[in-house]
Amino acid sequence: MDKNMKILIVDDFSTMRRIIKNLLRDLGFTNTHEADDGLTALPMLQSGDFDFLVSDWNMPGMTGIDLLKAVRADPKLASLPVLMVTAETKREQIIMAAEAGVNGYVIKPFTAGTLEEKINKIFERVAG
Amino acid sequence: MEQTIVESERLAQARALVAALEAGNDTEATQIIRSFPENMEMDLFQEVGRLTRELHEAIIGFAMDDKVVQVIQHEMPDATERLTYVIEMTENAANTTLKAVEESMPVSEELAEISSKLAAEWDRFRDRKMELEDFRALSEEIGSFLTLASGHSKTLHDNLSEVLLAQGYQDITGQIIRRVITLIQDVEEKLVRLVAISGTARKNEVKKADVEMAGPAVPNVEQGEMLSNQDDVDDLLSSLGF
Repeated sequence: MDKNMKILIVDDFSTMRRIIKNLLRDLGFTNTHEADDGLTALPMLQSGDFDFLVSDWNMPGMTGIDLLKAVRADPKLASLPVLMVTAETKREQIIMAAEAGVNGYVIKPFTAGTLEEKINKIFERVAG
Repeated sequence: MEQTIVESERLAQARALVAALEAGNDTEATQIIRSFPENMEMDLFQEVGRLTRELHEAIIGFAMDDKVVQVIQHEMPDATERLTYVIEMTENAANTTLKAVEESMPVSEELAEISSKLAAEWDRFRDRKMELEDFRALSEEIGSFLTLASGHSKTLHDNLSEVLLAQGYQDITGQIIRRVITLIQDVEEKLVRLVAISGTARKNEVKKADVEMAGPAVPNVEQGEMLSNQDDVDDLLSSLGF
């Protein structure tokens, strides 16, 4: 796994973005960028050669699930690994995210260990 | 219709007044003039009656509105439950943070204490005021301090990570509070409508969307089938081929 990969963190709460950013830095990923909802994130993704997207679900403007759908619908972004980090734990919603093509799903509140495990799993699959 | 009758009545009274005055019939004229406020009062009573009836209907309509029953029976108790959970989460986060800070304080103090003691010894050595015997002891002390420092740094780092993670409460409580605010706005809107008894019929509220965002799981609040932890999420996803 390339620790220099470019990661976009999307969450409407800046505290949560900070937490994820710090945890990723702890795991060795320092090339992180931030957006506060899907509407801000999508143009960044389209023009910014990102390698990994970490997104919340519930955000004003454009939600994480809509962002995921938009990413999968864009030929240039379709294969971008996406990890959802969200407080949404409703069964139907998780199924919906899976159907929309999410690569991993972490529920809040989470631990550093869970985040690392999911990221490793995603990139093992991408590599394999 | 009512107004036309009232108007024609007034016109008739005015004509009668003019006729009475022209005829020099003072008694009748006074009587007609006195009856005017009475008529105005009658109008006022009619208007109050109409407003009362409308208010009554509005209250009945308000109580019968399913959305209101839903708000009173479920959403209000839910909101209380949600806010209680907010208190619980903020309290836990504060306790976690305080615990990590309290554990870190003595660790950093110990590092400061030993390092300043060693620095004094080190100065003595640099000034060539130290015997070989003492230097051997100092060398050993420095060695064990380095081991201690590396262990303590890890402890401090772990505690700081814990503090960092504990801040996640802000996101979750923020989302929960937002939902309660939405509910309050909804109730406020309904109360305003009740107060402003325009007498127009209320339209039903918009139907719920099929898969609505449930928001963070809140204990004792009916939110549909919520998964309680990461393991359940992982199990569900692996059953879907993840």
